[in-house]
Amino acid sequence: MNIKILGGGCASCRKLEENAKKACAELGIGAKFEKVQDYAKMMEFGISSTPALMVDGKVISEGRTPSVAEIKEMLVE
Amino acid sequence: MGVLEDFAGWVVHSLLGMQQKEKLAEALNFFIYDTIKVFLLLAAMVFLVAIVRTYVTPQRVRKWLGGRKEGVGNVLAALLGVPTPFCSCSAVPLFIGFVESGVPLGITFSFLIASPAINEVAIALLLGMFGWKITALYIGTGLAIAIAAGMIIGRLKLEGEVEEFVYKIRQKKLSEKPMSWKQRLEFGKTETRDIVLRVAPFLVLGIGIGALMHGYVPVGSLSELAGMGNPLAVPIAVLVGVPLYSNAAGVLPIVQVLIDKGMAMGTALAFMMSVTALSLPEMIILRKVLKPKLIAIFAGILALSFIVMGLIFNAVIG
Repeated sequence: MNIKILGGGCASCRKLEENAKKACAELGIGAKFEKVQDYAKMMEFGISSTPALMVDGKVISEGRTPSVAEIKEMLVE
Repeated sequence: MGVLEDFAGWVVHSLLGMQQKEKLAEALNFFIYDTIKVFLLLAAMVFLVAIVRTYVTPQRVRKWLGGRKEGVGNVLAALLGVPTPFCSCSAVPLFIGFVESGVPLGITFSFLIASPAINEVAIALLLGMFGWKITALYIGTGLAIAIAAGMIIGRLKLEGEVEEFVYKIRQKKLSEKPMSWKQRLEFGKTETRDIVLRVAPFLVLGIGIGALMHGYVPVGSLSELAGMGNPLAVPIAVLVGVPLYSNAAGVLPIVQVLIDKGMAMGTALAFMMSVTALSLPEMIILRKVLKPKLIAIFAGILALSFIVMGLIFNAVIG
């Protein structure tokens, strides 16, 4: 699984990364984490606000910091 | 709010057995009453706006504002900025998304000004701490400044002052899944919990300071320096406030102290708006998409409007 964290590196993006890592650990998923901080690149993925979370090329959340439980739910889907 | 007053009085006088006349009793009474009142207001307001927010997604805002004309577009942008959350880190993707969807520059700026300056947290706190008149005044002038400043920036034809790469970006269109009512309510609940918890420490601090002042400190100790008599107070407050970075919850405790100590209301509100609407970190982030000249014009117009607003308030309320 490839997980991308999109955001300029502010507090909420770091929190998102932390939550996503926790969610993966709790589910026992081995994922490759990637940070995207280049805005031009981010926009190409189609997001309109940060922080955003992408799993295997699909945007699953943007503009907010979902909780660990919520990310787990989205990952299972 | 009669029930709340009774409750605060009961805790202080019956439960803690304090005397009516004691300074500490008075401060505590004020503190308990105000804390409960502001928290109730905040929770209700945040929940309501969170539900609205599930309808006002950034994607839809872009669609609504794309290709709008000056005037209507600026008003709409300022109004839509109110329920939209804003953090300076998401200013850049927001800006690029707007430009890409054909939202005119001036209208984009109306949104960028209104969004951080006016939001549900600011409204709930102002309402709880200063009453509806001050709140209405803050919202009204905040919107007016966002609309006017956006229109001026639009007229100045500054499209060339935006970094070129912004115009080259072509975005993939994402489809949004419509939310069910259950999901909207769930979102409202999570938002309310998150925001109230985040704001809580500032709020308790602010009300606590206010309560102490209410009980102990004689009012008016700042009035000579920053009261109506000193016309320089407003520009100085704005110049101090512009580079500072905080949200409404962080700055309100300070505003509370300043007003209690005798700072004129217009000066205090101008200070609050300059702290929330504009900040050094935001300008640095916007530098990624805007050339320095446009940032300087943006900051200059805003600072000037806050000063004018403060002076008018002081003249009118005074």
